[in-house]
Amino acid sequence: MDVMPKWAEVTLVPLISLVLAALLSALVILAIGEDPVEAVNLMVTGALGSTYGWGYTLYYATNFLFTGLAVSVAFHAGLFNIGGEGQAMLGGLGVALACLFIPWPHWTLALLGASVAAAVFGAAWAAIPAFLQAKRGSHIVITTIMFNFIGAAVLNYVLVNLMRPPGSMDPATARFPEITHLPTLHDILLPLGINFSKSAPANVTFIIALLACVLVWFLLWRTWLGYEIRSYGKSEPGAKYAGISPVAITMIAMLISGALAGLMAINNVMGEAERLVLNAVEGAGFIGIAVALMGRSHPFGVLLAAILFGFLYQGGAELALWTSIPRELIVVIQALVILFTGALDNMVRMPLERLFLMLRRGNA
Amino acid sequence: MGEQAPAIELKGISKAFGPVQANKDISIRVMPGTIHGIIGENGAGKSTLMSILYGFYKADKGEIFISGQKTEIPDSQAAIAAGIGMVFQHFKLVENFTVLENIILGAEDGGLLTPSLAKARKTLLELEHEYGLNVDPDAVIEELGVGMQQRVEILKALYRQADILILDEPTGVLTPAEADQLFRILDRLRQEGKTIILITHKLREIMEATDTVSVMRRGEMTATVKTSETSPAELAELMVGRKVLLRVDKTPAKPGNVVLDVKGLRVVDDKGVERIKGIDLQVRAGEIVGIAGVAGNGQSELLEVLGGYADATGEIRVNGQPLELSGKLADGRTRRARGIAHVPEDRQREGLIMDFSAWENTAFGYHRDPGYQSGVLLNNAAIRTDTEEKMNRFDVRPPNPALAAKNFSGGNQQKIVLAREIERNPDLLLVGQPTRGVDIGAIEFIHQQIVALRDKGKAVLLVSVELEEILALADRVAVMFDGHIMGERLSAETDEKELGLLMAGVTA
Repeated sequence: MDVMPKWAEVTLVPLISLVLAALLSALVILAIGEDPVEAVNLMVTGALGSTYGWGYTLYYATNFLFTGLAVSVAFHAGLFNIGGEGQAMLGGLGVALACLFIPWPHWTLALLGASVAAAVFGAAWAAIPAFLQAKRGSHIVITTIMFNFIGAAVLNYVLVNLMRPPGSMDPATARFPEITHLPTLHDILLPLGINFSKSAPANVTFIIALLACVLVWFLLWRTWLGYEIRSYGKSEPGAKYAGISPVAITMIAMLISGALAGLMAINNVMGEAERLVLNAVEGAGFIGIAVALMGRSHPFGVLLAAILFGFLYQGGAELALWTSIPRELIVVIQALVILFTGALDNMVRMPLERLFLMLRRGNA
Repeated sequence: MGEQAPAIELKGISKAFGPVQANKDISIRVMPGTIHGIIGENGAGKSTLMSILYGFYKADKGEIFISGQKTEIPDSQAAIAAGIGMVFQHFKLVENFTVLENIILGAEDGGLLTPSLAKARKTLLELEHEYGLNVDPDAVIEELGVGMQQRVEILKALYRQADILILDEPTGVLTPAEADQLFRILDRLRQEGKTIILITHKLREIMEATDTVSVMRRGEMTATVKTSETSPAELAELMVGRKVLLRVDKTPAKPGNVVLDVKGLRVVDDKGVERIKGIDLQVRAGEIVGIAGVAGNGQSELLEVLGGYADATGEIRVNGQPLELSGKLADGRTRRARGIAHVPEDRQREGLIMDFSAWENTAFGYHRDPGYQSGVLLNNAAIRTDTEEKMNRFDVRPPNPALAAKNFSGGNQQKIVLAREIERNPDLLLVGQPTRGVDIGAIEFIHQQIVALRDKGKAVLLVSVELEEILALADRVAVMFDGHIMGERLSAETDEKELGLLMAGVTA
């Protein structure tokens, strides 16, 4: 039998990691002479105390959901896709092209078209490292990191030289036409009698992200393709024995992963900014790695982790706004959460495993 | 030397990993200034024994004496302190460091590097001179050949004042010429009074290099003999076991049409080494053909080619139709569609996904078959039901389809694989090491299933390093040595002795 029961594995380990990260953060806040209880209070009310706060938390969570799912799918195939950042950037380019150059009759069609464009551009950006890995054995971690930089440079060139409206000093595209603007959660929830904040950026993409979550779960655990992806990720010799092509699975898993990362752009580019700016992704591609690690690469876990990181982002922004806690410290707190839930996972897991082993011996 | 205390003495060493007994009550005495060989198949327990001696594992039972002193070896630091040095099969060197830097790594004096290096250089040159081991101290490791890197490993051990050197499969990565050089070095070390333990599964090396040899089989030390008083054939026999404990009830075979027809098959591995050097082989319907041989003589590659995951040249026909031997159609799925089922040699790496549940493993390789797949979906419910039935028919315990493969015992894991492959009713069944790491009770059951498939008029190709198993199960035996088939015998008309000679590469 496994050392730890499954419920402990999925609940206790992340929860204890989180508590440890919180305690350490509290110490850091104490050390600079602020009140940690007050800080927590501010973060919670700021991020979850109003529909405005929720609107931001869910907006960030939507970004992290897409990038977290992207990392998870690749991870199930044993591939570490660090290129979510670049893939999301290119996804943004796809969205911008779709919104600016196609005269959409309605926002639903625009959303559909932009989603396809975002997914295709993201997948295309993942395809080259995937091909190099599958055919040449070039390590995917290295190539996807490099492609983040290439992606940034490409975007810079395109924005400055090709898509910048004449006369503008800003490396950004023109505003997208009115018809492509997506309904916010305010617009969606108003008919249901809920008055959601009008100025928060959370929009219909959140629902698409939830849908993606279900689809990824379905892909991995209900289809034969998902079965092949998981088999390959667990054992390459096994996959070969079973007649599963390593080249095909590497390509397919990375294309899906890149498409998911690219889809993030319908949230931040189409839903929020309504134009493509240079640094639209804002590190969400990297946060996706932490989200996937914390969510154990399971779509449901990724959902919870994405909301947690959304909370940290929004709560952190509130802290910086209302206290003298510097912005850098917020990054420290986020880093501590990533450190404890991702990298230091074994630090919590091993003593817990020992504890459960002792308990079992006690019973036997 | 009679009165001298042995350099190493192990008494009653036992070690179990879960239900698998890796070492059973092993005792061994190695006299100083000798080369002692330990020979045995993969998985016989050689590496476990040496890991206990080097402090990687703790023995469940037993005692270790170094030069007559009872010694506890809880970790490798203690092993080094006791004068034991280990040269691993895969070198533990820092590729972009120089020889000298690698030698002092972990054995530096003080915090500053320069004095350490100066001192080490002096010691190293003395050592090189003393043992005739010429290596440039300033050469960078990655620029050295494999044989040279191995010398650095040996020097590393000597620098730490090892009196006892353990070499684990040292020639696995060497060319024959490099291997000869290594043996000359070992001989020199012996003359200087060092004690050497050489672990290998190659008979030739044992005969060439050692003074005494111990044979391990299934976790037990089956014999210790003077090398000068034994022969390769006897050692081969000892390695695979000669006691006929196994009896399989079976009627004489009624061979029918040729199902598998192999002609001029050649396999070159990805390092460019030719593993199979042109073999011809036929397996008929209704017979079991056993491939005997010491591991590493091409048997695994033969199974891989037939199973569709290694490229080859030559010709293979199944039921008269040629098989693709390279390219896209040479894959496991196509092979299965052609009626070839495969129980691979390594069930934990290939045959099963250890983290997957039993039902997911039952679909493994057949997950695209009509019964299991509907459109893009996997028909999970159908697979579960099917698994439950298979588990009942093959008496898999516990009969729980949701349990992960890693939580079953070796025998039950093998039954899951066997049920999956045999119940497909294939024309040709490939079986590699069907009872490796399997408990006695399951062995009999597994053998019965293989014979039952034969009696249904199917062809079976059996690869096993257990000679006993081959003789009990196979109707015809082909012996492989160094990529060739040395000969074929009817199992009713041959014995261990004759096969042992063929396995050692001796033709009458």
